[in-house]
Amino acid sequence: MMETTPNRSKGLKSYSGLVLFFIFSFMFFGCVPKKEESLTGKTVTIWHWMTDRDQTFQELARRYEEKTGVRVDFELYAPSDAYSQKVRAAAQGENLPDIFGILAEKRDFSSFVKAGYVSDLTAYMKENNAEWEKKFFPKALAVNEFIEGNSYGVPAGIYGVPVDVMTITMLYNKTLFKELGLDPKRPPATWNDFLAVGEKIKEAKKQGLVSGWGEIWMIDCLASNFAFNIMGKDKFLATLRGEVPYTDPDWIRVLTLFKEMQDSGLLYNGLVSMVNKTAEQIFANERAVFAFNGSWGVNVYDGMNPKLDYGVMLLPRVSDKFPVSVWGGAGSSFMVYNKSKNKDEAIKFLKWLTEKEQQVFLAAQTKNLPANKEAIGNISPIMAQFSLGLEYATHPNTWGFSESSQVTEAFDKGVQSIIIGEKTPEQVAGEAQKIKERELAKKKRL
Amino acid sequence: MKIKLKSALENYLFVLPAFVIFSIFYIYPFSQVFFLGLYEWDGILPTKTFVGLSNFKDIFFSDPIWWKSMLQAGWITIIALIFQNVLAFLLAWACDREIKLKNWYRLIFFLPPILSEVVVGLVWQWILEGNYGLLNSWLNNLGLAHLTRNWLNDPKTALNCVAIVHCWKGFGWGFLIFLAGLQTIPRELYEAARVDGASSWTAFRKITLPLMVPVAILVAILTILGTMQAFVLIIAMTGGGPAYHTQVPVLRILASMRDSGRFGYACAQGIVFGIILVAVSFIQYRFSKRSQARGA
Repeated sequence: MMETTPNRSKGLKSYSGLVLFFIFSFMFFGCVPKKEESLTGKTVTIWHWMTDRDQTFQELARRYEEKTGVRVDFELYAPSDAYSQKVRAAAQGENLPDIFGILAEKRDFSSFVKAGYVSDLTAYMKENNAEWEKKFFPKALAVNEFIEGNSYGVPAGIYGVPVDVMTITMLYNKTLFKELGLDPKRPPATWNDFLAVGEKIKEAKKQGLVSGWGEIWMIDCLASNFAFNIMGKDKFLATLRGEVPYTDPDWIRVLTLFKEMQDSGLLYNGLVSMVNKTAEQIFANERAVFAFNGSWGVNVYDGMNPKLDYGVMLLPRVSDKFPVSVWGGAGSSFMVYNKSKNKDEAIKFLKWLTEKEQQVFLAAQTKNLPANKEAIGNISPIMAQFSLGLEYATHPNTWGFSESSQVTEAFDKGVQSIIIGEKTPEQVAGEAQKIKERELAKKKRL
Repeated sequence: MKIKLKSALENYLFVLPAFVIFSIFYIYPFSQVFFLGLYEWDGILPTKTFVGLSNFKDIFFSDPIWWKSMLQAGWITIIALIFQNVLAFLLAWACDREIKLKNWYRLIFFLPPILSEVVVGLVWQWILEGNYGLLNSWLNNLGLAHLTRNWLNDPKTALNCVAIVHCWKGFGWGFLIFLAGLQTIPRELYEAARVDGASSWTAFRKITLPLMVPVAILVAILTILGTMQAFVLIIAMTGGGPAYHTQVPVLRILASMRDSGRFGYACAQGIVFGIILVAVSFIQYRFSKRSQARGA
């Protein structure tokens, strides 16, 4: 055995003291990033997830600092799942930045508000005869609003600022339409016309509708659009409240539409486990006649295939009883941290960001629909087509109720099962209703 | 007496950093996860609702998808235990012999495990894609068009495809451990057996196999633990679909936490899953002890 001599031990002790000193120095000082001071000494920090918009945001931040002397740090955290987790974790540790986004359902948004993390912006929106509020599309603002007597128990008010607007609707490839002998100026308007196109697609051995239905929220989006058209908003919301069962014939009809699409050859082979990014790639590469996608796709398609010739259409009408609707409203929104020391500066920046000039710049650079009404006149023709959908827009955040996530999952996974021929619409409706009843009972218990 | 006490204290002092780190990063989080499992909590609100063992009750009696995901992970594990480990053993055995380019083979066989799971998943997704995939294209060219299908979208094939890719990705670890095990067997044993007139097959059966049992058990335990917890590859290949056909427990925990905002329930799922894995490992350990005792 080797023994350490006292002298050597003493030497080791002094070295280890030095090493410890360096370690602690690095721990305490090394991890703090050095930031440049702004002219006013004020810095607003924003966490965002929008990879495609980062450069534009940085440019806008530069312009803002030039104008006001206030530094704005846009920090990008992607992908959106990771961003979402970061925001939740930061909220728990009360380390949220001055401005952040909430990428979640209204239920989670309400929890952020109730926990005191989000500032109520109503007073700022309403000042000077509601000057700021009036700049936005009402539907964009509604996504960030809690109305009086909402089911979430949140005090009525506006809690977020929309930066852009989106609509999710149907797109069609004009070149493939011509190849199929169809008129690209007249996309199918009714359900039967749509199914007839499916038959043509099948005959021509082409692929029909592509969408990221591996991500179940896209299925949810289309299913609720169909439901609005077939049963109307009131009955739809009554289902969420538990007053109408999913086994109702109207809901069976909604589910049957997916089976009809599959049977008529309208659906892209393999879309039930496809992520939306792949679906966008397929449509951009002209391998599918239709796509069900959001207005953010304009930028994506332009990047992948600038020559893609496509049009935007409303969902084919299934019933004449109620209007067709599309999901739409605020695409991306920013919230102000309620405990931020720079709250006023943060709000001032958001006001500036949503002014016409900045919104026009943002829309031109990122090919997203602006949230400011005044900026809508300066958009490209394809974006203008998407903007028409705003007239028919609805959004889960404006419904005042959220469906239980377990029911939504059962319903949407059930749609996948219908498409792969594993279950009937009646079976799926029955299963969703069973879970709904279980969740309602649990809610009462709690 | 004093010296003894001092020595004992010194020993404890040396163990203390490891104990503190273990407590902070393992014991405390585990206890927190357990306690969170007793609450209904969305991960945002500062308040949590105590629900006792209700989350655990729901897992056992009202969540058939959770158990389906357990069975599916079990199925992938069985496939991995059989095919992945047999393949790993045979390749290790081949590379342990005097063959040409054996170092080159060792390198090739160990490549899949060091590749990113996401990359592997996406490449295999492209190979197995139903419309423009490489596999279907080969089958068509070989005149086997009737066998083509959308491999990852067909409930009959999706899980097996995921299992096969998992085996392909993971066999390199088993290969490496088996190879290390084979190299510890003294060569003299084989020489003595050859002198006694034993054939290669007899030497393999009577020397290689018995001496490799402890290594095989270790590889089996690692395979079970690794495969039951697999999820990155599955997210990249199928996202858990179609419907629930490639769901595994870790994906369900992730769904409860991320999609449903049910942090308490997700923690309870994590606890149940952890207990199951510990139980399986314990059974394996007991089994290995008994086999070793019998061998001795």
